[in-house]
Amino acid sequence: MWERYVAALPANVWNWVAVWRRNYLVWRKLALASILGNLAEPMSSLFGLGFGLGVMVGGVDGTSYIAFLAAGMVATSAMIAATFETIYATFARMHALRTWEAMLCTQLTLGDIILGELAWAATKSILAGTAIAIIAAMLGYAAWSSVLYALPVIALTGLAFASLAMVVTALAPSYHYFVFYQTLIVTPMLYLGGAVFPVSQLPGAFQQVAAFLPLTHSVDLIRPAMLGRPADSVGVHITALCIYAISPFFLSAALFRRRLMR
Amino acid sequence: MSRVHIDFAGVTKSYKDRIIVGGLSFTVGPGECFGLLGPNGAGKSTITRMVLGMIPPDAGKITVLGVPVPARARLARARIGVVPQFDNLDLELTVRENLLAFGRYFSMSTREVEAVIPSLLQFARLENKADARVAELSGGMKRRLTLARSLINDPQLLVMDEPTTGLDPHARHLIWERLRSLLARGKTIILTTHFMEEAERLCDRLCVIEAGRKIAEGCPRALIDEQIGCQVIEIYGGNPHELGALIRPYVQRIEVSGETLFCYAPDPEQVLVQLRGRTGLRLLQRPPNLEDVFLRLTGREMKD
Repeated sequence: MWERYVAALPANVWNWVAVWRRNYLVWRKLALASILGNLAEPMSSLFGLGFGLGVMVGGVDGTSYIAFLAAGMVATSAMIAATFETIYATFARMHALRTWEAMLCTQLTLGDIILGELAWAATKSILAGTAIAIIAAMLGYAAWSSVLYALPVIALTGLAFASLAMVVTALAPSYHYFVFYQTLIVTPMLYLGGAVFPVSQLPGAFQQVAAFLPLTHSVDLIRPAMLGRPADSVGVHITALCIYAISPFFLSAALFRRRLMR
Repeated sequence: MSRVHIDFAGVTKSYKDRIIVGGLSFTVGPGECFGLLGPNGAGKSTITRMVLGMIPPDAGKITVLGVPVPARARLARARIGVVPQFDNLDLELTVRENLLAFGRYFSMSTREVEAVIPSLLQFARLENKADARVAELSGGMKRRLTLARSLINDPQLLVMDEPTTGLDPHARHLIWERLRSLLARGKTIILTTHFMEEAERLCDRLCVIEAGRKIAEGCPRALIDEQIGCQVIEIYGGNPHELGALIRPYVQRIEVSGETLFCYAPDPEQVLVQLRGRTGLRLLQRPPNLEDVFLRLTGREMKD
């Protein structure tokens, strides 16, 4: 049993690149539509909430509300891009399109495929997150250099959320089940994770929950970077995001093996 | 390199209480075309997936290209080409891009894949479709592309699950011709089919499977001689039971399949004499084929 699980893990450190390149090749054909689609939601939140609520709220944590929100939206867009890529596009490639079936007939292992998909979802997060950060910088809500600092955190955020969504993808019998993940996990995290308002506004018990959420760790790294402030406990946040990126990966490999190789 | 390309020894697989493969043993030698013949649901696809290490057996031993499977199936798959039952090409990509992406799955560099693409396109007769999107291709062209794709790693062994199902006769004949050219190049092929004609034309040896068990094995000619060994008369258009009673004394065996009566007759003239003068009957006298063997062995029509 253990031997078979190990055989399903990545065969080496470069095999996943072939999977990533396949997804890139297909994405290139629809790149513009894909970028616009990924940007539309965080952009409308940013401007809608930022300008609308911003007037009423005034300042938050010693900065304008829209600048506060911009950092939250960078993290959120990375979360959304990686999650949706994984639960919809990856699920399609694993299920209806039979893309994984073709890959499994080659020397790729299940682990190679999952890793390639995670890297691809993280790439989409980088595109979405960086785009919001650049727009925030253009409008003067963040320093240009902060985009550069935020980049590795955006990538790690993407990886963590892709990895979590991969477990959901491995378990879901059909598309219909993803709505539970969206409404019960992803959307609440938007409000609990400090993206839209500070975690300190939450009741005490919720603050404790928030401390464990991957989005909170992501926001706590990206916001100080974008507002040009020193970040607290950087090591803790990075470690937490790494745990969220790595452990679901191994779990999803076991789940996919049970689902596809029996 | 071992002399046997595929070795199944007492392989068993069941899901819950249902036995899918029951104590199956067979071997396939280098350069051989081996057919797995059986009705839908007989376990053919499960067997091909076992060859690739995608389904671990409950019991028994599988060795493919000298490597234990599924333990080291990845090493075997590096030297296997697969034509799956359902096309799984990338529809958004062009023919060329499909081959490129697939070659990379075998760790080939872009340059290495591009070097083999022209010969693969020529093999699949898709030279002037190189830059067409796969979604625009006909079913036969997609199948040929899948076949070309399976050759990208220059495999020693090809595993084909119903390679011509769903194709029109023209496309099917073209695939058969291509498969024969691969056999002439020394490739080993294991294929599943429920087309008797396909099995008879291509396979050196075949194994008839029913409910996961082997019910006959041998070369098609020998199986036909052994199981049937005489001329066949097909009779349509009358009451099969009444006709059966009439000619039974003159034939070796009668099989009724739907509205057709199959008479296995060592002396066909005798039977034809009996039926002379009857109107509305359509008679066909022919040599025996694998379908007759199949009907004989399974004792009924193919389940579909």
